[in-house]
Amino acid sequence: MHLLEPRAQPSRVMRWAAPPLAIVAMLIAGSLLFWALGKNPLGSFKVFFIDPLTSAYGWGELLVKACPLILIAEGLAIGFKARIYNIGAEGQLIMGALFGGGVAIYYNDSTSMWVLPAMVAAGALGGALWGWLPAVLKTNFNAEETLTTLMLNYVAVFILEYMVSGPWRDPDGMNFPQSVMFSDNALFRVLADGSRVNTSIFIALFVVLAFWLFNARSFLAYKLEIGGHAPAASRYAGFSARQTVWFSLIISGLTAGLAGVGEVAGPVGQLNLNISPGYGYAAIIVAYLGRLHAAGIVLAGFLMALIYLGGEAAQVSLQMPAAITGIFQGMLLLFLLGADAFIDNRLRRPA
Amino acid sequence: MNPQQEPRLSLLHITKRYPGVVANSDVSLSVHPGEIRAVLGENGAGKSTLMKIIYGAVKADEGEIMWNGRQVDIANPAQARRLGIGMVFQHFSLFETMSVVENIALVLDEKFDLASLAVRVKEVSERYGLPLDPHRLVHNLSVGERQRVEIVRCLLQKPQLLILDEPTSVLTPQAVRKLFETLRKLASEGISILYISHKLDEIQELCDSATIMRGGKVTGHAVPREETSASLARMMIGRELPVCEAKPYTGEPHTVLEVRGLSLPADNPFGTTLKDISLTVQAGEILGIAGISGNGQAELLMALSGENPVSMDTVLLQGKAIGHLDAGQRRDLGLVFVPEERLGRGAVPPLSLARNALLTGHRLAGMKGWGLVNYSKARNFAKECIQRFDVRCNGPDSAARSLSGGNLQKFIVGREIMLAPKLMIVAQPTWGVDVGAAAFLRQTLLDLSRSGVAILVISEELEELFEISDRIAVLAEGRLSAAKPRQQTDAESVGLQMSGLFDTTTPEASHASA
Repeated sequence: MHLLEPRAQPSRVMRWAAPPLAIVAMLIAGSLLFWALGKNPLGSFKVFFIDPLTSAYGWGELLVKACPLILIAEGLAIGFKARIYNIGAEGQLIMGALFGGGVAIYYNDSTSMWVLPAMVAAGALGGALWGWLPAVLKTNFNAEETLTTLMLNYVAVFILEYMVSGPWRDPDGMNFPQSVMFSDNALFRVLADGSRVNTSIFIALFVVLAFWLFNARSFLAYKLEIGGHAPAASRYAGFSARQTVWFSLIISGLTAGLAGVGEVAGPVGQLNLNISPGYGYAAIIVAYLGRLHAAGIVLAGFLMALIYLGGEAAQVSLQMPAAITGIFQGMLLLFLLGADAFIDNRLRRPA
Repeated sequence: MNPQQEPRLSLLHITKRYPGVVANSDVSLSVHPGEIRAVLGENGAGKSTLMKIIYGAVKADEGEIMWNGRQVDIANPAQARRLGIGMVFQHFSLFETMSVVENIALVLDEKFDLASLAVRVKEVSERYGLPLDPHRLVHNLSVGERQRVEIVRCLLQKPQLLILDEPTSVLTPQAVRKLFETLRKLASEGISILYISHKLDEIQELCDSATIMRGGKVTGHAVPREETSASLARMMIGRELPVCEAKPYTGEPHTVLEVRGLSLPADNPFGTTLKDISLTVQAGEILGIAGISGNGQAELLMALSGENPVSMDTVLLQGKAIGHLDAGQRRDLGLVFVPEERLGRGAVPPLSLARNALLTGHRLAGMKGWGLVNYSKARNFAKECIQRFDVRCNGPDSAARSLSGGNLQKFIVGREIMLAPKLMIVAQPTWGVDVGAAAFLRQTLLDLSRSGVAILVISEELEELFEISDRIAVLAEGRLSAAKPRQQTDAESVGLQMSGLFDTTTPEASHASA
């Protein structure tokens, strides 16, 4: 017997109230966790969520971390609405970084103003290619994209490992698996001294606005939405299921690829094995926390960035293990999914 | 039946409320041993809720149930069965991959062994004129035979009361007669029968008494044989039964749709293979295709609508081969389609009517440009559709799923008509629709056809087809009979064809497939 039964009309208000509720639940559960670890919950809370925002540098870091998350989540949200579950953004990010980074490595001595634009284009292409692959597998062989995109993450990591420990390894890098540092010509310009915020935020800004317009007004977004809500209606209307799959996977791969270039041509400055602290996975949470809405994703992206910063601060100040970031991300997702389950369903009362 | 006897079942002042709607309000009725009582009412009148209360599937908020003179509290269907209440649902609950006797064994609350149970099944089925082979697999059975399994399953539990919910909606006229014989025999042995239906003629033929419901309330008790259809209809819907009017078509007749030798293998083990189907539909006429769902209806509709494209030359629209085109491309050429499933196929349940208007209306001028949608145009389109086709709702922003079946159907039909089609294909146009909306929809289709549009209607309701069609064909077991003008055929011969007995097939062939 099922414990839940579907509601006739899920509440719109609750749909948007769920993310704040999930955040509050995460904070409460997090405090309990700190308390159980023998830390002062209030003090820990301050270290985790307040201290990172008490300096200009902290706000800058928030922006640096929020940008890739928002960029990826905006792309993922388009697919999620159409029920195309791309969980391979991490791999797409890495491929974007590889393609963009490759350009930087080959033209490291160039002073052309076109190096950076070429890197951006190559990164977008690399990410899109890694989204295109599962699209082909799905439309031609009916392979489930959740599996193929996930598995391609590992393939991407292996390619990266091969490239930075083989062909693209820095000859003067004492055998560390990393490429040369990119020349300034191949880096986004820093916007303010003493911070790491760079011009790549304008790419994110552009993507947010473009996707907002796309979702609100475009016919293609409407078709994707129909495909997600009711595949039979989509077929009835004559909308192409193939187009939905290809578009959603390629566009989300593309934005993840852009995020990858943003990292290697920004805060990282080279190709190495620590390009992404799991942005591709965290962005899945960001997309749902932002209710798949272009503006909501921006807010959710900042919160997730704060969790990253807080996690780092907790490691330094509270001697917490690095897993603390993942724990908070996981709690947030769990509470959000729980809230959504009760928005769509209600407890079945015994007859 | 003896009215002096104690009633087998009495419902006293039953009320059941759901959020926002009172399904049953102060309903009382009783049925005596050996009595066949009709519960007559439209869709949504509260009949099904009432029967679920009797069967223990739903609990009443107020009121009492008396069973053989004793007050009872029926907590669940298992308890109802122990009391001696059996129910045959409108939609069967059988496992297709299991045999008849296995399906029956599943619901018995007692110990059994399959071999002796099979013997009992055979006995009971023959005694009541419901021949069944206990060892056949259910997916090989016709719809009528599946219903027999359900009835025999109830009878094995020696019920004192049998509830049948719209039992004839899927039967041929011949099978209906057979069912009635069985029911009369059961009644003569003292079993009480509650017969739920909205079909006036059946109730007049079969039932001793009737309780009529409208809007959750009892609006009258009657002896159906002493009433006219008009007086029963008045009690059921509060006014006379509306009738449709068909003017003759005065325009130029020409073939709009032609299907030539369409054969299509089933795409799943329980699907139907279409065998060499040919038909034509002329401008200004309605071609009706009768038959019971599951005989290739779904497959034929997918092939005609373009949801499942077929080989190019098998479907022609005004002489142009369109078999290979998808539903959108066909709609661009003037072929519109109203599917049986309104929610999830003809409309997207959680989206507003304005957005649902866009589903097929996007191709109209001004609806979109530069890849962007003009949502205010879409809203106006929905508004116009709501007004022209009398869709009762809270305006273009109401979600599709908030509309009643009839109103959503009016919206979908209206939307497709506003695309100015040359050909309209409609499946089960009035399925689950109240009488008033059904009459409106039939008249709308008639008017549309007389304006020169070719219409193809696929329906299980013979009455409906005889009311609106100019020609009628029958789809049975994936084969389509030759269409006959309505005046040259009748329900009897259409019913024979529905059970697969074609003019052209030999008796052996039809026997094997029956």
